[in-house]
Amino acid sequence: MSGYTEKMRDIARRLLETGAVDMVIGFRKGSLPMMNEPCFVTRADDAHCLVWDGHCGINLANYLTDRKEKIAVFAKGCDARNMVTHVIENKIKREQLHIVGVPCTGMIDKRKISAMTKGEVLAVTETDDAVTVTTAGGDQRFDRADVMQQNCALCVHRNPVIYDDLLADPVTEQTIPDRYADIRKIEAMDAASKWQFFEDLLAPCIRCYACRNACPLCYCPTCFVDEAKPQWVGKGQDATDIRTFHFLRAFHCAGRCTDCGACERACPMGINMRLLTRKLEKDCQSEFGWEAGMDPNQRPALDVYKTNDPETFIK
Amino acid sequence: MTLITLDTKSWAAGLTAAADAYRLFGPVREDACHTFKALEKGKTPDLDMVNTRLSPKALIFPQSDIILEYSLDESREDHHIMREVQKDVTPRAVVGIRPCDAKATALVKLNFDAPDVKDPYWLAAYEATTFVGVACDAPLSTCFCTTAGCGPYSEEGLDILVMQKGDGFLAKILTDKGRAFAKAAGWNPASGDLAAFEAGKAAAEKKMVSAVQTDHLEAADLLALHNAPFWEKTAFACLNCGTCTFSCPTCWCFDLQDEVAGKSGVRLKNWDSCMFPIFTVHTTGHNPRETKVQRVRQRFMHKLKYFVDKYKTGIMCVGCGRCVRQCPVNIDIRKVCEEMNRFNPADACAVRD
Repeated sequence: MSGYTEKMRDIARRLLETGAVDMVIGFRKGSLPMMNEPCFVTRADDAHCLVWDGHCGINLANYLTDRKEKIAVFAKGCDARNMVTHVIENKIKREQLHIVGVPCTGMIDKRKISAMTKGEVLAVTETDDAVTVTTAGGDQRFDRADVMQQNCALCVHRNPVIYDDLLADPVTEQTIPDRYADIRKIEAMDAASKWQFFEDLLAPCIRCYACRNACPLCYCPTCFVDEAKPQWVGKGQDATDIRTFHFLRAFHCAGRCTDCGACERACPMGINMRLLTRKLEKDCQSEFGWEAGMDPNQRPALDVYKTNDPETFIK
Repeated sequence: MTLITLDTKSWAAGLTAAADAYRLFGPVREDACHTFKALEKGKTPDLDMVNTRLSPKALIFPQSDIILEYSLDESREDHHIMREVQKDVTPRAVVGIRPCDAKATALVKLNFDAPDVKDPYWLAAYEATTFVGVACDAPLSTCFCTTAGCGPYSEEGLDILVMQKGDGFLAKILTDKGRAFAKAAGWNPASGDLAAFEAGKAAAEKKMVSAVQTDHLEAADLLALHNAPFWEKTAFACLNCGTCTFSCPTCWCFDLQDEVAGKSGVRLKNWDSCMFPIFTVHTTGHNPRETKVQRVRQRFMHKLKYFVDKYKTGIMCVGCGRCVRQCPVNIDIRKVCEEMNRFNPADACAVRD
């Protein structure tokens, strides 16, 4: 992905100068290592602040919801699938978007890097296959593959499915023999162990809702956990309320989730709530042959009724 | 002020002895991070930490605290009468709290222990607690306590300040509570080298690489700052999650909730966050801060302007850097503070966006 930044700035400049779009949504360099900040640019002169590297894991489709402008937006494979979903679900019009596709080779997992590094991470530089971490004690070098976000390591749609410009030649798609080994392990547990597993998984949750808010699918004007008249869920730290939030949110994302990993990346407590959404992703694939966001002309699996539905209860 | 020199043995033995009279809390390593927890018997706090992921504010201001209970069973004489929940308010000590978090407790006290209004739940927990702080000799690049009215050796809010010195410790007893704790620990005021303390302080302050400037905040026109043009850009990336407010040691907002199961009910005091869309929504349905930009502005205006104007004790931030490190989209209070501090309404008119 080296060299993407310059191309992005050129495209942004051109689109803003010609008035093709009102704004460009991308990333600007963060104030600390491994962090970039989603930003918008409205003047060609400001296009120079746009950057791209392995720390652009936040899903920019999240910033398009209900916007009225004509927008150019940078989209990794997963982001583009969420943009398809956004268009299908009427959260933005396709005509409003100038999608600049970003063939992606995976985002870097900041937590993995911090855990593998001794001392505070002061800087991180990357090449196509290596990541170098600078600390007060010196440099440490990692293979990029070893410090990738798990969702990126499992990704089979690195190239955007829709775009108006493509930033670079498509990258080779990964072949993953088994994307769901960890899910199968949970499926195989008995009920009691499963319950314990989920309890442990969600125990650190502080209900900050960073997972929900980083998710482009979670655009409900009032989320069910925020309903007050009547109130649906308790707002304290009761384990049942916390589980209700996570389980229901996952189900609400069934057939729509692209496993972009924004939820897990955003979580300040490092909870892998993707174990819930990926189970549903797996079921949608095996039951309906469905992958979310691949085709703007097809509605999500749980959003359609077909007269030839094999289930009798629905007829 | 009394100084005490301790070797590691008398530190550990002292804490074991103090545990007879105090419930001890301190930083404990869990997975990749440190958390403040009750210390198991004979365990010393893990001081090999930079700081905890969440602040220790929850020890006094729990995220979800049952304060009252009641019964709806009308066959009972006391039905529909709120009863205070009995809490353990026997003496306890937080050992290993950082000076930034201790100073934060002093700031939060301004709210829960105001001259006209007192929060009995917060105060009971606070008064039962002795704060044994450990000075911070290895600040992170995101720490900016020295310019946030605090410092790596700041004493405000502490009963004892301990510095790690060679193989041992040097403890400074600051209050009566601190004296009582030292006595329970069997730490005898004997010798102490104040110069060593000052040298440690100077060395630690020198390591601080991050700073904020706050000198113009108080003089700034409140409405002009409120209407400043930069808020839309500042707020754009924000997800409106509660990470910053929940990890902040000075954020004190809470929400009261009643939860009823069958015939028995409880009243809860839960952390709230000004980032949430339903924060302070009125019963009429009116939302005073309908949009994300308004909510983000509220957070920073509260910390860096309203608080400054109201209490005249500086900003409502101790520079612990947690929100900077944990914000999922890199909203950085240091940058926002800079923007607010240098804001000049006259310039704003000339700027295009």
